Amino acid sequence: MTADEAKAQLDERVREMMAWHFSDETGCPFWLDWMAEAGWDPREEVKSYDDIIKFPHFQDEWLRDEKNERFVPNAYKGRPFNVFETGGTTGLPKQRVGWDDYKHDYEQFSGQLSDDFFPKGGNWIMVGPTGPRRLRLAVEHLANVRGGSCYHVDLDPRWVKRLIKRKELDQVERYQAHVMAQAVEIIKHRDISCIFTTPRLLASIGERISISDHGIKGCFCGGTSMTPEYVRFLQEEVLENRAQFVPTYGNTLMGLAVSIPQELPGKDYSVTYYAPQPRAVLRIVDADNTEITKDYGEYGRVELTTLTQEFFMPRFLERDEAIRREPHEKYPWDGVGDVRPFGALTKKVIEGVY
Amino acid sequence: MNAPHIPILRQGKPYQSLDVQTVNQLGTEDPAAEISFACADMIKYDLHKMGEAREALKRFSGNELVEITKKAGELFLHGDLPIGTEGDLQSPDDYVMSLAATSGLPHSLIRFNMTRLGGLFGQIDDIFMGLSRGLSWDVLDKGYGEQGGAPVSFSATTNELAVILPSNSPAVNALWIPAIAMKMPVLLKPGREEPWTPWRIIQAFIEAGAPAEAFSLYPTQHDGSGAIIRRAGRVMLFGDDSTVKQYENDERVEVHGTGYSKFVIGEDAIENWEQYVDSMVESVSANSGRSCICTSTIVVPKYGDEIAHAISKRLAEIKPLAQDNPEAKLSGFANPKFAEWINEAVEDGLVSSGATDITAEYRDGERFVERDGMNYLQPTIVRVDSFDEDLALREFLFPFASVVECPQSEVLEKTGYSLVMTAVTKDVNWINQLFDHPEIERLNIGNVPTNRISWNQPHEGNLFDFLYTRRSFAFAESA
Repeated sequence: MTADEAKAQLDERVREMMAWHFSDETGCPFWLDWMAEAGWDPREEVKSYDDIIKFPHFQDEWLRDEKNERFVPNAYKGRPFNVFETGGTTGLPKQRVGWDDYKHDYEQFSGQLSDDFFPKGGNWIMVGPTGPRRLRLAVEHLANVRGGSCYHVDLDPRWVKRLIKRKELDQVERYQAHVMAQAVEIIKHRDISCIFTTPRLLASIGERISISDHGIKGCFCGGTSMTPEYVRFLQEEVLENRAQFVPTYGNTLMGLAVSIPQELPGKDYSVTYYAPQPRAVLRIVDADNTEITKDYGEYGRVELTTLTQEFFMPRFLERDEAIRREPHEKYPWDGVGDVRPFGALTKKVIEGVY
Repeated sequence: MNAPHIPILRQGKPYQSLDVQTVNQLGTEDPAAEISFACADMIKYDLHKMGEAREALKRFSGNELVEITKKAGELFLHGDLPIGTEGDLQSPDDYVMSLAATSGLPHSLIRFNMTRLGGLFGQIDDIFMGLSRGLSWDVLDKGYGEQGGAPVSFSATTNELAVILPSNSPAVNALWIPAIAMKMPVLLKPGREEPWTPWRIIQAFIEAGAPAEAFSLYPTQHDGSGAIIRRAGRVMLFGDDSTVKQYENDERVEVHGTGYSKFVIGEDAIENWEQYVDSMVESVSANSGRSCICTSTIVVPKYGDEIAHAISKRLAEIKPLAQDNPEAKLSGFANPKFAEWINEAVEDGLVSSGATDITAEYRDGERFVERDGMNYLQPTIVRVDSFDEDLALREFLFPFASVVECPQSEVLEKTGYSLVMTAVTKDVNWINQLFDHPEIERLNIGNVPTNRISWNQPHEGNLFDFLYTRRSFAFAESA
C-alpha cells in the first residue's frame, strides 16, 4: 500500500463511520443527541480525515459522567456489552463499552508478530493490570488466536499509584515482589514462550530469573513510555538479546499502535509507533493550537481518533507527547516516536509505576 | 579540550548510554561535558553483581591496597589521567578548569580542596588505625586475628558502599576514599555538575593498580538515586534535617546532614576574645562556608556586639572575584536559584527586631550579587538577641554565622546538636561537661578553627564500623 492509498482508505473509513454513527438506525444516543445540539450533520460536512477537526476534542470525562448505555450504537441494541475501564485512581472510573473491537485489534496485531519469536501454539503469560481492563481479555484472545493459552498474574496499578503518592516506596517494592513471586513461579513451572507485561515488570522479572533461559522467546510490552536507553536495556540486558522485545503504544480507547522491533537497534532504540489505521489514527498536534499538525521531527501532543463501528471518538487528546515521524513502507502513515508523558520536561508525572 | 563524554562505569567498564545530558559551562551555552545517564533498573541489576567487585578487591592484601591508595593520591594530585571515552588525558590544571566551569568554585578553592583530598590518600594507614582503633590490616586479609590481645573477627556488612554525592562540594569525596583499602567497592552517584572529582579519583586508583571492578559510577536521575538508596547495602548521602529524620532508623543509610557547628568562648577566656578572631573568621568562611564543619553559630558570654563587628569587618574583605583570581575565596552558585532562596531565608530571619545584619555595615553592596553570569552571596554575620531568633541556629551554603550571647552554664542546654564544637576555655569542670555531652560529635578544646578535622577519627559516623561488623568466633583444636 502506498501513502496515497492509505490516505484514501482512511478517508473512506471516515465517511463510513460518519454514516454509521450519525444515522438513527446505527448511531448511539450520545452522538445522535450531540448532532442535534451541534446543529450540523457530520455526514454532510465530514468527508475525509482532514475534516475531523470540525469536531471538538472528545472529553474522556464523558466516559465517566454519561451512562454507558448512551454509547451503545442502535445497531448493537439488546446485545450485552463488555465494560472496560481506563486507569484512574479515585472515584468512578472512566469506562468504555465494547463487543468485538478488542478481538479485531489483537487479531490484526497477531499478524504483525514474528512466528519465530512468538511461536504458534506457544503459551503466554500476562503480568500486569487485569481486572476490569480490556487488556486482560485481549491478551488471552491473542494467545488463543495464535493457538496457545494464557496465564495471568494481576497487578493493581491504582494501588501502586496511591502508594507512590503517599511516598511508601518500600510498600511499592514489597507489592511488586509479591506480584513477581507469582509470575516467576508460573514461568518456572509451566511451558511458556511469550509474555505480555509492562517494561518495569519485565525488568523486575529479569532481576529474578533469566527470562530467556526459561523458554520465553517473545515479549510484547506496553503500558508506559520508554526512553531509547530503557528499550535498549530491556532488549540487550533483560532479554539478553535472546528474546524479541516488541514495544506497543495503546490503551482501552484506541487498540494497539505497533512498532517495528527488528529495526530498533539500527535506530538507537528510538521507538516509533504506528496506529492501527484506519481503525484508529494518531496525530501529533501543536499543544497550544491543536488544529495544527506538527512538522515531522517535532514534538507535539498526541491526538487520537478512533473509528470503529462500536466506538467513535474524535480528537481525544492523550496525556502524552511524541515526535511526529515519517510514514514507513510497512505502515504508510504517520508514526509517533519517543512517546513521553505530556509536559514531562516541565512537571512531575506519576507514570511508569508498574 | 573538547567537552568530554563521561560514561557510566559499571564495575569499571565504561558504558555509553543513549540517555545523554549536556552540562554547560556556567553562565554560557558552551558544553563542559556530556554525561551518560543510567536508568534505575540498570543500577538494580548491577547491584546484584557487586559481590564480584568485592571479590576483585579481596584478591589484594591490605598492605597492597594501602600502597595503591598512596600512589593514587599522588596521581590524583599530579598525574595526567584518562578522561572521557576518546582516550584524552586530563592534567591537574584541566581538572581545576573543568570543575570551575560547572561548579562555580574559584580555582583557589578547588586547588585547596584538591590538596586536602590528595593528602588524605597518604594518611590511609593512620585513618584505618584510628577508625578501627588499632586493627592490623592482616585481620581484614584473614578475616580474624587479635587486637590488643583479644580475639577479633570482622565481616563485611555489605558488598558495596554507595554514595550519593552533591554537586557543590568536591571535598566530600574524602568520605569514601578509605573504603577501597578496606576492600569495599564503591558505587558513586555524582552530582549533576560535579562528575569531575569522583571520576578523577577513580582513574587515579585504577592507574595506581586498583581493580577497575571496584569502581562503579552512575550519573542518574532521581529514580536512580532512589534505587541506590533502597537497594545498596550501605549508603552515604547528604541532606537536610528531614533527610536525616527519614533514615534515622535505617542502619544501611548514613546521612550527612546539617552540621550546626559552633565556636564557643568560655567565661574564663572571653576577655581575650580578640585573640580568637582569626579562628572564628576561618571557621565561618573556609571552603566558602559550604562545609558542615564551618561554624554557623558563635556563642559568647559577653562582647557579642564587639565580636560580631570585628568578624564582620574581616569577612567583608571576602568578595566575589574572578574565578581564576588566586585571592578568590567565595564560590558562586551552580544553581542560581539556590542563592535567591538562601538570601530570602536570611532576609526572612532579619525581619525580626532581634536580628541584625552586622556585615551590611562593612560590605560593598548587597548580600546577593551577580558577577560574570553567576550569583554570589557575600559573607554575613547576624547578631541575634537570643537563641529564640530564627537565625540563631541556621546553616547556609555560604559564609554565614550568628553571634549570640549566652551564660556559659546554659550553653549546652541551648546549642543542641553540633557536628563540631570548638570551646575556647581552660575551665576543667566545663570541659568535662562538654566531653560528657552526647550531642557534640567532634570537640575541639582551645583556639582551633572548627573546619580543621582529622580523618583518623569518626566524622558523622565511623566508616569502618559502617562497613564491618564484629563477630564472635572460635576454632576447634582440630581445625
